Amino acid sequence: MVDIGYLLSFIVVMTVATFATRLLPFVIFQKQSKHPMMSYIAKYTPPMIMSILVLYVLKNVDFNSVESINTLAAIATTVGVHLWKGNSLLSIFAGTFLYMYLVQS
Amino acid sequence: MIRRIIKQTTPIMFGYIPMGMTFGVLFQGLGYPWYFSTLMGLFIFAGAAQFMAIGLLSAGAGLTEVFISTFMLNFRHVFYGLSILEKYGKWGLRKFYLVFGLTDETYSLVTTIKVPAEVNEQNYYFFITLINQGYWVIGCTLGVLLGGLVEFNTEGMDFALTALFIVLVIEQWKNIRDILPFVIATLSSIFVLIFFPSQMLVGSIMLSISILITLRAIKNKSYG
Repeated sequence: MVDIGYLLSFIVVMTVATFATRLLPFVIFQKQSKHPMMSYIAKYTPPMIMSILVLYVLKNVDFNSVESINTLAAIATTVGVHLWKGNSLLSIFAGTFLYMYLVQS
Repeated sequence: MIRRIIKQTTPIMFGYIPMGMTFGVLFQGLGYPWYFSTLMGLFIFAGAAQFMAIGLLSAGAGLTEVFISTFMLNFRHVFYGLSILEKYGKWGLRKFYLVFGLTDETYSLVTTIKVPAEVNEQNYYFFITLINQGYWVIGCTLGVLLGGLVEFNTEGMDFALTALFIVLVIEQWKNIRDILPFVIATLSSIFVLIFFPSQMLVGSIMLSISILITLRAIKNKSYG
């Protein structure tokens, strides 16, 4: 019923494809890594990607629904605690525990 | 060093273990031996791709299709690597593993945190990557073994990853004190969400880096 050979080749293919996306830039651009344009990219890309990741994980929240209040409250708590105390772990826990409490009750 | 790393990666544990467990439960439904779930966490080590694998496996997808769809799904990683060419240092076994384990969360952490001065940077990143993969593999294994047997209410725990990204945006702001990348990223995301919603992540990253490079080129030209 289950085909182990298929699963194994499946895993190999998916491993290679994933690793390829992570390895390619290092292989192709390593020689240019000291180029001013590369250090410019290295400086500005992380904040851009981080902002995009935040928007990405929030994109499925329906901000017209009642449930979105849970998300907004948890975000506000995370940001508030972080600006107040500046302790990443504390901010993340505060937001997450509040969110878990709100969605589970 | 390890204690500090465990503290820094705890939010990722909160995300990876429940998410890995969800993967394990789904994988169990396919009927393969349990240890293949562990194996996938060890070798593929990509959340979105592994979830996609459930659908592809149950459909019996062809291997060419598997390769192309995985490559497309993970294409954003190309831009992660591009921005840490220097940071990841010289080639060696450790760097090989760092590149292999470059997930969204690991990338976010290594580009934001500061490595203590007395510590070897590559070593520090190595343990961050290793510990993160540990969480993921534990999740994938627990999920498939426990299946639906244990009722453990982790609903909402994955908000830890959202909170992590939010905190890292604030930390990035503190580091760079320049509003430009945040504006470019937000505008690009809105544009891509409206016109290419299915490719939001990779689309926004490609668009914002293109804008960044264009701005630089214009600036260089006008200042000669």
